[in-house]
Amino acid sequence: MKKYTKSHEWVEVIEGNKAKIGISDHAQEELGDVVFVELPEIGSELKKGEAFSTVESVKAAEDIYAPVSGKVTAVNEELNDHPELINEDAEGKGWICEVELSDLSELDDLMTEEEYKKFIEG
Amino acid sequence: MTIFEKSVKGRKAYSLPEFDIPDVEIDIPEHLKRKEKANLPEVYEVEVVRHYTELEKKNFSVDVGFYPLGSCTMKYNPKINEDMSALFRWLHPYQPEETIQGALELMYDLKEKLLEITGTDDMTLIPSAGAHGELTGMLIIRTYHLDRGDTKRDKVIVPDSAHGTNPASAAMAGFKVIELKSSDEGLVDLEELEKHLDDTVAAIMLTNPNTLGYFERDIEKIAKMAHDVGALLYYDGANLNAIMGKARPGDMGFDVVHLNLHKTFSTPHGMGGPGSGPIGVKEHLKDFLPVPVVRKDGDKYYLDYDLPKSIGMVRAFYGNFGVLVKAYTYILTMGKDGLTKASELAVLNANYLKALLREVYSAAYDEDGKRPCMHEFVLDGSKLLKETGVKTLDVAKRLLDLGFHAPTVYFPLIVPEALMIEPTETESKETLEAFAAAMKQIVKEAHENPQILKEAPKNTPVRRLDEATASRKPVVRWQKQ
Amino acid sequence: MKKYPYLPHTEEDIKEMLKAIGVESIDDLFVDVPKTISPEKLNLPESMDELTVRKIVEGLAKKNKFLNEMKVFLGAGIYYRYIPAVVYHMASKPNFVTAYTPYQAEVSQGTLQALFEYQTMICELTGMEVTNASMYDGASALAEAMLMAVRISKKPKVLLSEAIHPEYKKTVETYVKPQGIEVEYFAYDKETGQVDIEDLKKKLDDKVGGVAVAYPNFFGIVEDLKAIKELLPEKVPFVVAADPIALAILEPPAKFGADIVVGEGQALGNFPELGGPGFGFFSTNMKHVRTMPGRLIGKTKDVDGKTGYVMILQTREQHIRRSKATSNICSNHAHSAVMAAIYMSTMGKEGLVEVAERSAKAAHYLAKRLEEKGFSLAFKGPFLFEFVFNAGQDYEEKWHKLAERGILGPLPLSRFYADMKDKALAATTELTTKEDIEALLEAIA
Repeated sequence: MKKYTKSHEWVEVIEGNKAKIGISDHAQEELGDVVFVELPEIGSELKKGEAFSTVESVKAAEDIYAPVSGKVTAVNEELNDHPELINEDAEGKGWICEVELSDLSELDDLMTEEEYKKFIEG
Repeated sequence: MTIFEKSVKGRKAYSLPEFDIPDVEIDIPEHLKRKEKANLPEVYEVEVVRHYTELEKKNFSVDVGFYPLGSCTMKYNPKINEDMSALFRWLHPYQPEETIQGALELMYDLKEKLLEITGTDDMTLIPSAGAHGELTGMLIIRTYHLDRGDTKRDKVIVPDSAHGTNPASAAMAGFKVIELKSSDEGLVDLEELEKHLDDTVAAIMLTNPNTLGYFERDIEKIAKMAHDVGALLYYDGANLNAIMGKARPGDMGFDVVHLNLHKTFSTPHGMGGPGSGPIGVKEHLKDFLPVPVVRKDGDKYYLDYDLPKSIGMVRAFYGNFGVLVKAYTYILTMGKDGLTKASELAVLNANYLKALLREVYSAAYDEDGKRPCMHEFVLDGSKLLKETGVKTLDVAKRLLDLGFHAPTVYFPLIVPEALMIEPTETESKETLEAFAAAMKQIVKEAHENPQILKEAPKNTPVRRLDEATASRKPVVRWQKQ
Repeated sequence: MKKYPYLPHTEEDIKEMLKAIGVESIDDLFVDVPKTISPEKLNLPESMDELTVRKIVEGLAKKNKFLNEMKVFLGAGIYYRYIPAVVYHMASKPNFVTAYTPYQAEVSQGTLQALFEYQTMICELTGMEVTNASMYDGASALAEAMLMAVRISKKPKVLLSEAIHPEYKKTVETYVKPQGIEVEYFAYDKETGQVDIEDLKKKLDDKVGGVAVAYPNFFGIVEDLKAIKELLPEKVPFVVAADPIALAILEPPAKFGADIVVGEGQALGNFPELGGPGFGFFSTNMKHVRTMPGRLIGKTKDVDGKTGYVMILQTREQHIRRSKATSNICSNHAHSAVMAAIYMSTMGKEGLVEVAERSAKAAHYLAKRLEEKGFSLAFKGPFLFEFVFNAGQDYEEKWHKLAERGILGPLPLSRFYADMKDKALAATTELTTKEDIEALLEAIA
């Protein structure tokens, strides 16, 4: 199940304490054509609420904030050659990195899909 | 087609005289000698002429038509300026000073005139562009505080309506940038400002009139607030064209005043430069100017490098002298009466155009449509977007089809779907009316047939370009297939 | 009402416009502005007619001695070279001169393609993969290169060769110090004039995040880039400030592993103009392109599939990234760069080599003749078209006298170095003739 932040990132636990992180479909739509994603380094530590990546479109550069804390175990290398994956499938093939969550309870503060939908409409 | 594709081995476009110097061996180590010649085009002179004429035809310019690019002051660039500048082409910066007295005198006199226009006490003509001047100004401010032993001033306050160069220049000078939220009138919010002002603030950077085209009427209060906490006030000169002969930044309390000679003083923009960004300062900052400073001793002019407290050099030599000659010529031509008239008519033109567009577009921070603007104004395109799905970008592209350059778009950032329009004083009433008619036509099309706008431009050398692919997979040079 | 040639408004126009706006007078539009000055109080002359202005400026022009009236041996970063008529005629075309930054690509294809071709030509000269659309000048380009080197290496110090142009060194210091970056210098070998390899070795500690040399250096000596690069740790960016004409006959810095190549482009078809405007060129490799300052033009296609050009990777720039941009540069020296592109098109593959070779031959002939007259060269290292010689203790005085006789003699190095009072930096170009050389020899002997 995906959880969302107010700054438009999503996080989804895939198994145990492993989770994938990306930006929401709404965020990619706002950004427009994504041309570059600055990926974090594998092994680096993310801290909830801190910027760890940048997603660039033609006319904007947006910082991406960690929805949860944890250690980066994998990054989506595909994005280096195909940043457009974020436009095509932001919440699937356009994932940014995979982390080992250090504190599962951090997920509790995040919005569910339904809550997020309301949030962006509101 | 690129010039490289027109190249034919063996063709030449140049000729040099017979070489009369006896052959002497040039002893360069083998591994430093070039093995393969740089692959420059081989064309003959007619090809050079045809190629660049063909390229030139694909450009819009001030000489072609109305170019209302906000904050860029695309006024007419007088032809006499070019001729006068050409007189000084063949001067070397390191010639003995006695052989460049005319050039130094011109710089000195230009400086004197700009000091008078801005109300400052000394000036450097060296910075090569607006942003270069900003960096110079911020370094002067930094050095001034440090010289006083005031080491904790690490912040610079910049309004959220400012040009991107302001925060970028402050950061380059080593400052942290505090963004100041504008008031609901689109001006500096004094209460907000008060919150940020303390003894860690080095300076406030302001554009006045600001990028919305409104004059910061509290400027003298702001200056006092800044000075009371020991901060300095920096003037971004992008919009000086609104107030020449009316008010002087130096008199309003600004300590550092930047100018764009390529905006206010009619020197051409040359596809993006060279420009010139002199920095005027008040008495207390004189010692920190970059070297050299042009000075006069009796009837001799000289370059003064002896400023022990100077920020140093910001580039080699003395700045864009060729540009300075053009600005000097302009100031002589216009005189004090003409410069004042230029500002008055720039403001009149902006207000007239704003009035003509009143029924179809609303200006930012101007509910009744009656708020006077200065030399430019910003339209809010969000209503049109909501009603018709037509973006400001589409409006801009359609204007190209209709024979106008587009205004500055999506800036300032605080106005949604912004169109920033600066007509300048050198445009006639008829031109403004024609532009307003085009804008009205576009709004009508947006409601009746928005597809025209989405597909615009159609009459230009190329149509909308794929910028995303260009940035995803950059092709930055020509290469043989 | 007084009429001005650039202002169209008639009294009738103004009346109608004010009426449409809904105010009584122009002054009503200035309500918010404190009237700190009035034209009457301004200490400036009244407006003038064009002929009067022309006479005043021509009068100032007459108070100079121009390069094209003299025999010129002055270089040191600005060069008196031949500019074919076609170069400035094409560059003066109004749509090149009076356009601005190509914000609307559809009506700026001339600018964009010309700059794209310029980028290609500089890449050819430097051997690098990418070149931006220009910087202000060589010195500020080098300063920005050092900032970029530190962005790449994330180390707090840059090392510069002592033998870089003194004004470039000062500019680098001004730019990098406020960001907390330290500048240190490594010496040149007093005998060869090349980098003192031992001194460089000694100064290469783990704080160094960028090393710069000039190619040729300020004394005209060609540095051995290979020997220098071999000393550098892999992650320390190697910056080379090069002369573009020299690059026509010198192996390009890219061949030796340079990471950033910059330089002053004036010699490429731009007028000396008392030192500006020329332009700075700035090249690097694609792996570093996102940390590069300045505008960049890329090739693409329009909606109909037609080839076109646009500004790319703009997210590096100040109008998007603001305080986090790679540089504050906005206006650059596009027109000067396009003028250089026209020059390079005109001179072409063979012409640039011929210019470089003629310049070098003239310098070597001058050096030989000076030696025959009893002067000695200051350095033994290889040079092209500039070199330092021992001109005698009274040279500076002599230099002023030379100017009176119509000779713009070699630059007295006392201008920059207290311990070089007797030394002069001579420069020759393709414009130097045998007659010029003999005249100089006769005058300084």
